[in-house]
Amino acid sequence: MLITLTSFDLSLASILVLLLALLSWRMHLGISQQILIAAVRTTVQLLLIGLVLKSLFANVQISWIMLIATVMISVAGWEILSRQKRQLKPAYGLTISITSLFVSSFMVTLLALLVIIRADPWYHPQYAIPLLGMLLGNTMTGIALGMDRLVQTSWQQRAIIEQRLMLGQSSVQAIEDIRRESMRAGMIPIINSMAAAGLVSLPGMMTGQILAGAAPVEAVKYQILIMFLITAGTGFGVVSVLWLLSKRLFDERERLRFDQLLK
Amino acid sequence: MNLFSVKEFQYHNIGPVSFDVKAGEIMGLSGPSGSGKSLLLRALADMDESSGSVMLDDIEKNQLPAPQWRQKVSLLSADSQWWFDTVGEHFDLQKNKSLMAEFEALGFPAEVLGWTVSRLSSGEKQRLSLLRSLQNQPEVLLLDEPTANLDAENTRLFEDYVKHYIHKASAGAIWVSHDREQLKRVCHIQYCINHGQFEKC
Repeated sequence: MLITLTSFDLSLASILVLLLALLSWRMHLGISQQILIAAVRTTVQLLLIGLVLKSLFANVQISWIMLIATVMISVAGWEILSRQKRQLKPAYGLTISITSLFVSSFMVTLLALLVIIRADPWYHPQYAIPLLGMLLGNTMTGIALGMDRLVQTSWQQRAIIEQRLMLGQSSVQAIEDIRRESMRAGMIPIINSMAAAGLVSLPGMMTGQILAGAAPVEAVKYQILIMFLITAGTGFGVVSVLWLLSKRLFDERERLRFDQLLK
Repeated sequence: MNLFSVKEFQYHNIGPVSFDVKAGEIMGLSGPSGSGKSLLLRALADMDESSGSVMLDDIEKNQLPAPQWRQKVSLLSADSQWWFDTVGEHFDLQKNKSLMAEFEALGFPAEVLGWTVSRLSSGEKQRLSLLRSLQNQPEVLLLDEPTANLDAENTRLFEDYVKHYIHKASAGAIWVSHDREQLKRVCHIQYCINHGQFEKC
């Protein structure tokens, strides 16, 4: 009962974007070019991933799925680094962001596929790829926020951290307030979206399933599952990135060492 | 017996230098800006990496966990940092029953614990910062221009209290200052830094 969209339908929608670009051009708002480029990018990128998924579905092989997963995780790791105000040493930064994404998104997706969804085979791309994608997209935001907050705040408060060390506090004590605050910063978006779900916003995945003709209650069950997975994934991801970062921020004699972390 | 013993110590543009501080003794250190006095104190508190040997009661610095070393060898700088809103949160009254008497001795009323840190004067801050460090009962105090922001009266209060503590606790101190007169008042022995070396003065 899914109504298939034709190219003509999409062209109609694209006219809206073109009109917007035209309006912006006439009013000298200076954003028409960006709108058009972004619209072209989204079309090309989505068509490509559509083709990739199509061939994956036709050819269900664990090695292909692992390859796609690896590419997705690496790109997400890179994206986390590029969202940082203070640039970390690239090799180290990439290692910790990918490690945290692995702990959070990859492991949680694996668990969900094997224990909860139990598709046949468990790695069927119809479940594996969208699930991993949704988890990565959300945990990536949490990890990037937590990381940014920890590095920024400890840089700004380095005098305080050193003062606490000088008073004989351990590195863990000296940074505990900042760590708590960073954990909050990383978790707030997902906590907010859980709180607002259903009342203020209808989450995208659930909406998509309903549009595709799924029974609303079934779609809701999937959405709740996803929310829980995202929350757990983000939490584990932020915890591990903060742990890794704060280990690197100090040396073996518990001295504050930004030179080990930043470019 | 030497309380604090530094041998062949080298860090940044200082050293190699060797010196000792005995129990009950305050050593003065002066020298031009940029001669590395503050960095020397930081390295002695193990806040920066250095070479050579530093011993407290015949225990080498690396043999103690860093936090424990810094409790015993306490570095106090000219501008202290405070991370909670009120004074009291920075003190552990459970651990230090006699703390209230100490506040009084430094001229603070009992309400001081409820005071907001952002409203403290620099003199108050510096005296409180000294008390905060003394909670750990350090054996060596490293004082980096501790009275730089204080007026004459507060400076005297601070000096007297440090002297009192060093005597009472049989501790030692290294006092870095630009003010030679001050060093004359408080120190038992005085060095000047010249091209990274210590000279008696």
